[in-house]
Amino acid sequence: MTAISKILIANRGEIALRVLRACKELGIATVAVHSTADANAMHVRLADESVCIGPPPSRDSYLNIHQIVAACEITGADAVHPGYGFLSENAKFADILDAHGITFIGPTAEHIRLMGDKITAKKTAVELGIPVVPGSDGEVLPENALEIARQIGFPVLIKATAGGGGRGMKVAKTEEELEEAVSTARSEALAAFGNDAVYMEKYLGKPRHIEVQVVGDGAGNAIHLGERDCSLQRRHQKVWEEANSPALNVEQRMKIGQICADAMKKMKYRGAGTIEFLYENGEFFFIEMNTRLQVEHPITEAITGIDLVHEQIRVASGAGLSVTQDQVVFSGHAIECRINAEDPRTFVPSPGTITHFHAPGGLGVRVDSGVYAGYKIPPYYDSLIGKLIVHGRTRVECMMRLRRVLDEFVVDGIKTTLPLFQDLVSNQDIANGDYDIHWLENYLAETSAT
Amino acid sequence: MVGTVYLSPAPGARAFVEVGATVKEGQTLLIIEAMKTMNQIPAPRSGKVVEILVEDGSPVEYGEPLVVIE
Repeated sequence: MTAISKILIANRGEIALRVLRACKELGIATVAVHSTADANAMHVRLADESVCIGPPPSRDSYLNIHQIVAACEITGADAVHPGYGFLSENAKFADILDAHGITFIGPTAEHIRLMGDKITAKKTAVELGIPVVPGSDGEVLPENALEIARQIGFPVLIKATAGGGGRGMKVAKTEEELEEAVSTARSEALAAFGNDAVYMEKYLGKPRHIEVQVVGDGAGNAIHLGERDCSLQRRHQKVWEEANSPALNVEQRMKIGQICADAMKKMKYRGAGTIEFLYENGEFFFIEMNTRLQVEHPITEAITGIDLVHEQIRVASGAGLSVTQDQVVFSGHAIECRINAEDPRTFVPSPGTITHFHAPGGLGVRVDSGVYAGYKIPPYYDSLIGKLIVHGRTRVECMMRLRRVLDEFVVDGIKTTLPLFQDLVSNQDIANGDYDIHWLENYLAETSAT
Repeated sequence: MVGTVYLSPAPGARAFVEVGATVKEGQTLLIIEAMKTMNQIPAPRSGKVVEILVEDGSPVEYGEPLVVIE
């Protein structure tokens, strides 16, 4: 493989800045690309070189493969870091860079494709020994429903094969409820989709979202860096993440971690990746694999001391991983709060100019953000303006620190989600770590009603 | 468009346009090379070339002014 001397960062906002910091620490030159809307962005100001690649809409700039490759050519960048979102899981982009002799800092295009498709991803997970949601292999009929349900274990969910949007979906908690659930699901499916075929899956009532961070060298070595609990979500958007999960003990952590690391070794996975699970009653069920760096990666960095972007760049240059599994030590607890430019209750976006910005400080505090006083948040992109990551020796210390830090953080001129986190950090369920993927939406519905 | 700008159709050849020349809308002013492709950049309007703002072989980015036509 080839040494990397100049990296083009094909992203914007806090993650572009995050990648730029890693490059500087490794002595690698940086090229920022930006749309006309981001000419004054911090990642552009701090990069060694910058190239304007298009107008504000993402499809014409940050998603414009042609312009980004041309920007590599005129600057002589020999590698591209895609960040998250945009082109980070675009197999075609990885292929094109490869054809131009430019290193894509990420997995192979083949692995991106494999995990990008829900059906092949689940199939691959099964082959690699990763636990998936147990379900019927094919259609479920009134005759064979009970046998299949007993194999899967109650409660079960009956779903229309042609379905979507919750129609043709029925839960059977016990054997007694099964017959009716199957017949209702079949008639609903027929009415809604003109096809009465249904299948069966294990029903998870109160799952947590737990994901395992992995890194592989692409040659058969891979490690896990523990898990993150991202159960606090709103409309499938993660809001607050923790590492480690308050729900797992050491044995559970090391067991699921090892399963994931072994799977990545078998696959010869290259780079950083995340295997996402639903977790309920001590069992893990594969949802999907993200073949990229994730927004919430800093909490893993906080508890392991390992810089994930350094590892990505090392692996891409052929230098292998900097640590072995034995050298990975989990220390303390970390929480990330996603600071969005949104109303903290209605979540309506709040673009505009930040009139005053004061980032908190002190031991165990990290703020990853590209914004500053006077920065105008463009309306074209997502509303994440920064991430607050707090680390403590214990979860209690971490929570107390987070409470202190949230009172220090000032962002004026726009609405942000900071007040929501002030509410959450004082909540008893959160303090107990007692929440599932539905908790936040229920909490928001209850507290908005009064 | 991002790429490398060339003022003439081939190395050593005469430039497409020079300062003071009159150009017609659609006439090629220069070439931008991107991803191994030569893209001819046409004049957006007819007029007189007042200034050429880029040098032969230099990199250009999106939105960068190239030629001033009056």
